[in-house]
Amino acid sequence: MIDVRDLSFSYGSRPVLRDIRFHVEEGEFVSLLGANGAGKSTLFRCILGLLRGYAGTALLHGEDTAKLSPRQMARLAAYIPQTASPAYNYSVEDIVLMGAAARLGPLRSPGARDRERVEWALEKIGIEHLRRRCFHHISGGERQLVILARALVQDAKILLLDEPTASLDYGNQILVLSQVRQLSREGYTILQTTHSPEHAYLFSDRILALQDGRILRQGPPAEILTPEVMGALYGIDVEISSLFADRVRVCTPGVLVKEP
Amino acid sequence: MDEFKKKILSRSPSLPDRESRKLSGPAVNLLLGAGLIVCVLLSFLLGRYPVPLRELLGILLEKLPGVAVTPFWTETQAIAVWNIRMPRVLLAVLVGAALSTAGAAYQGAFQNPMAAPDILGASAGAGFGAALAIYLDMSSAGITLFAFLMSLLTVALVFFVSRFTKGEKVIALILAGIIISSLFQAGTSFIKLVADPGNKLPAITYWLMGSLVGATRGELRYVVWPMLLGAIPLWLLRWRLNVITMGDDDARSLGVNPQRVRMAVIVCATLLTAASVSVSGMIGWVGLVIPHMMRRLVGSDHLHLIPASTLGGGLFLLVVDNISRNLAGAEIPIGILTAFLGAPFFLLLITRRSES
Repeated sequence: MIDVRDLSFSYGSRPVLRDIRFHVEEGEFVSLLGANGAGKSTLFRCILGLLRGYAGTALLHGEDTAKLSPRQMARLAAYIPQTASPAYNYSVEDIVLMGAAARLGPLRSPGARDRERVEWALEKIGIEHLRRRCFHHISGGERQLVILARALVQDAKILLLDEPTASLDYGNQILVLSQVRQLSREGYTILQTTHSPEHAYLFSDRILALQDGRILRQGPPAEILTPEVMGALYGIDVEISSLFADRVRVCTPGVLVKEP
Repeated sequence: MDEFKKKILSRSPSLPDRESRKLSGPAVNLLLGAGLIVCVLLSFLLGRYPVPLRELLGILLEKLPGVAVTPFWTETQAIAVWNIRMPRVLLAVLVGAALSTAGAAYQGAFQNPMAAPDILGASAGAGFGAALAIYLDMSSAGITLFAFLMSLLTVALVFFVSRFTKGEKVIALILAGIIISSLFQAGTSFIKLVADPGNKLPAITYWLMGSLVGATRGELRYVVWPMLLGAIPLWLLRWRLNVITMGDDDARSLGVNPQRVRMAVIVCATLLTAASVSVSGMIGWVGLVIPHMMRRLVGSDHLHLIPASTLGGGLFLLVVDNISRNLAGAEIPIGILTAFLGAPFFLLLITRRSES
């Protein structure tokens, strides 16, 4: 689980994050919503130990991430970027195998056990047919599934996803998020950032609304997807419609639908 | 859920893989290794002075412990094989293997398929160091040491300068390499200007042209250690190179410290380059062309790419050196031949890249 306590961070004299405090339970699926520049990516980078020099603490399974080596960190949490961009055209297998890096000594190459684990992960995600394909030649949605399989090989129980569906078409967005939801039901702890309040509502257990580096509101999706919170978060008038017995909520920009 | 997943996955248009390879990485490497051994043996047969196969095998086998052969060859033939051809052949293999391995390692470490020992200025730096050492009347040990130190300094400088340039990383790196290289080349020109035209200038010019003429067993014994020192850590670290080509954030989140691995790889690759340049002068293009050729054969996985580059580089330079010493009446310096072969390949590479 993730435990962030009074985390603040500034780029020079400009504060980016202020007194961020939240908790993600084991097996919980939490989405982080916020406008561009609200500090979502910075918060992620602090939690992952990619940015240092913040005030406060970020704990993963009770371990202070500032005190962990990349190796120790990688065994607690896996990171799924918006798009993975390897400089060379590796096969899908090669990419997934990289998840084994944290469990191997610095001069060791992966062996048969690591390759078995790759098979297991590919089957679990349902992409074993992509095994020998080139990463650059598969679709964006398939690539995100490959990176998810890599996270499974990494064997970290916390998955941090930074806008995992931002560059995907509608069908692939649903595909990737359904897969992530499936993993959270199996006990993986999920924290994702997203620009889609509707997806956050549909898939998450809880939503954090981040504004100007502060947590504006946090709570169950039904409390966050309201005209008040959405309006404050994105700075525009938002109408919310409830569909399918409130299983789905749809945001509509008020200016476009209201009569003058 | 599974139905829906299959539907979405099958809907996505799948591009055909260009890299559909018939042989696996280890199979290619096995073939390259076998080819290298055969080629080394055949190279002993080539040369001005005729040494037939029967005599050659006799001369080679006699050195093995526990083999007693009555010499049926002439003393001159034995000298041609042991003192002239053996150092030349092995040096060609070592230099080719070192340059090509260094190129593949640089390309991985910098996440830049255009990186090569010469593009990053390591060769220009080593050439400057060697010229300075010759100018200062240093021993052959001093020349290698100077070449090595200057090479390391140059790559460090290129890396440092490219960090402060704005814009795209790949271009910044290539530009920094061009700038620093030309700086050291100017330094080399200056040394040539002030060097004694009687003996030092020809020696410097010889270094810079890139040639394996006059390879001795002493040189061979001397250069093999820094090469091993550079190559062994690279071979051990080679799988980690895959991880750091994913980008620094990704590598770190996978549990690999990218800066540390990159530094280790650059130091080792620079050691290989400097050791090569110090005995053979600047032989260009091998470090760029061979890794690219090997990537076509074994794929991008450095687990297979690094061994393929080592073997393929050794094989390539040995073949080119055989051409260089046997094709014409007068020997063509090998650096000129590799450039004749490398430049068109590079052009092909650039045009292919812009297509995709």
